[in-house]
Amino acid sequence: MEKENKPEAVPDAAELSEQEIAENKKIADLKQEALLDKQIARRRFIAFGSFIVLQAAAFGGWKWLANSPVEAKTVTAGAKAPLRRALNQTELFCRRLFSNNHLVKTYPKEMVPKKLRSNSYEGMPDKFNPADWKMQVIKSPTETLTLTIEDIKALPKTELIYDFKCVEGWDEIQHWAGVKFTDFVAHYKLETQAAMEYVGFATEDKQYYVGIDMPSAMHPQTLLAYEVNDGPIPILNGAPLRLIIPVKYGIKNLKRIATISFSNQRPPDYWAERGYDYYSGL
Amino acid sequence: MKTIKEKHSIAMRWFHWINFPVLFLMIWSGMLIYWGNDVYKVSIGNTEIFKFFPEGFNKFFHIPKRLAEGMALHFLFMWFFFANGFMYVLYTIISGEWRELVPQKKSFKEAWLVLLHDLHIRKTAPPQNKYNAAQRIAYTSIIVMGFGSIVTGLAIYKPVQFNWICFLCGGYHLARIIHFVLTLGYVFFFFIHIIQVILAGWKNFQSVITGFEVVKETPVTELAKEDGKGK
Repeated sequence: MEKENKPEAVPDAAELSEQEIAENKKIADLKQEALLDKQIARRRFIAFGSFIVLQAAAFGGWKWLANSPVEAKTVTAGAKAPLRRALNQTELFCRRLFSNNHLVKTYPKEMVPKKLRSNSYEGMPDKFNPADWKMQVIKSPTETLTLTIEDIKALPKTELIYDFKCVEGWDEIQHWAGVKFTDFVAHYKLETQAAMEYVGFATEDKQYYVGIDMPSAMHPQTLLAYEVNDGPIPILNGAPLRLIIPVKYGIKNLKRIATISFSNQRPPDYWAERGYDYYSGL
Repeated sequence: MKTIKEKHSIAMRWFHWINFPVLFLMIWSGMLIYWGNDVYKVSIGNTEIFKFFPEGFNKFFHIPKRLAEGMALHFLFMWFFFANGFMYVLYTIISGEWRELVPQKKSFKEAWLVLLHDLHIRKTAPPQNKYNAAQRIAYTSIIVMGFGSIVTGLAIYKPVQFNWICFLCGGYHLARIIHFVLTLGYVFFFFIHIIQVILAGWKNFQSVITGFEVVKETPVTELAKEDGKGK
């Protein structure tokens, strides 16, 4: 069309016929539309290009995570290495939220169900006589304190009715009683030990073991419990003495405590070796 | 005449496309966690109608026995889910785009008409700006739901450190149920959203990637002259 117009001489503006004006306008419009088409194509290319690149990168990131190796076994194991790093980083953040002033909600006795739920029996062999039970408190490599259940029961008793929470997702209001861990520490003059970073609990056969950061252990609601529902603890629920630590998931509430130890490094932890968060705080 | 009509700002497009995979991962890892105590079901009286989730469903997606993995994923991607949602809300407030998104008084009545129109029961739809009344309600609800997921999530995640949030959610037990139901809500939203996007067509869909639509229309100035009020 442009070429068709060219051979004609360019007349004075005043002399342009209406038809010519219309044609010129049409040309201008076409030029503008071609320009617009170019612009549209360019913008689409950039947008779709970056969209595809970014979504591919996201997918690549996911693939990287899915294919990343399982962490080298240390005190923790079983999680993919990047996920373990994320759990440990998140722990640092969560530790800042922690305060002894944040107490677990307590409930009236009427709300406690009659039947006590019990779950998971690692470190609890069938052959066991609570009467023979003794607990070792390893104060230092050279000094061990051996205690009987009577020693523990002689300490001030604290009751706690709270909502026990399992990592699986269930929860149950339960009524426990025992000695506060802080009272236990004070009575046996374990202040030096309690100044360390961690406390470790283990069963007698060493098949179940947990590590607790000291601030959580020293929380005012952490108990060494020897009673449930105003009576002795049933065997399967951890007789004669178990840990009740409301600021942690159930996995940290070790039953049938045989040894207590202290350290500045994370003590071994059964579920942290199986991909779970070491901290597991609530 | 053909023109470029700017539709979605680049910020909106980023928020949308970041949220999509992150929310997907949150739901997926949430399902791995939920399996640990999969007690929710729909029943009338003692008759069970539907259990979340049927055995075959879990097996098909390889969900069982991945609780630890689910928790690790959930507690990593929660940061991205929260950050993206937070930035989105902040952006809509600062840019003023919230005006296009938040339901107006008339929206609740109009949404009904939009629904009837979409179901081909009614011929005309109420006039709209960028989003119609039903979209305003849907896109605002989803933000409220996201807020709900974060609050109930915190209540379940740190029920002792955030015991007041747990209290506000009606306790740990109820918080977990709400958290679960909200997730069902996302899945419901997703399916409706996908159907609507398919019905709206390719041009509409690509505008969420490119940010613009190409329209052939009478120039806005002439339209404004016609109905006597410019926008």
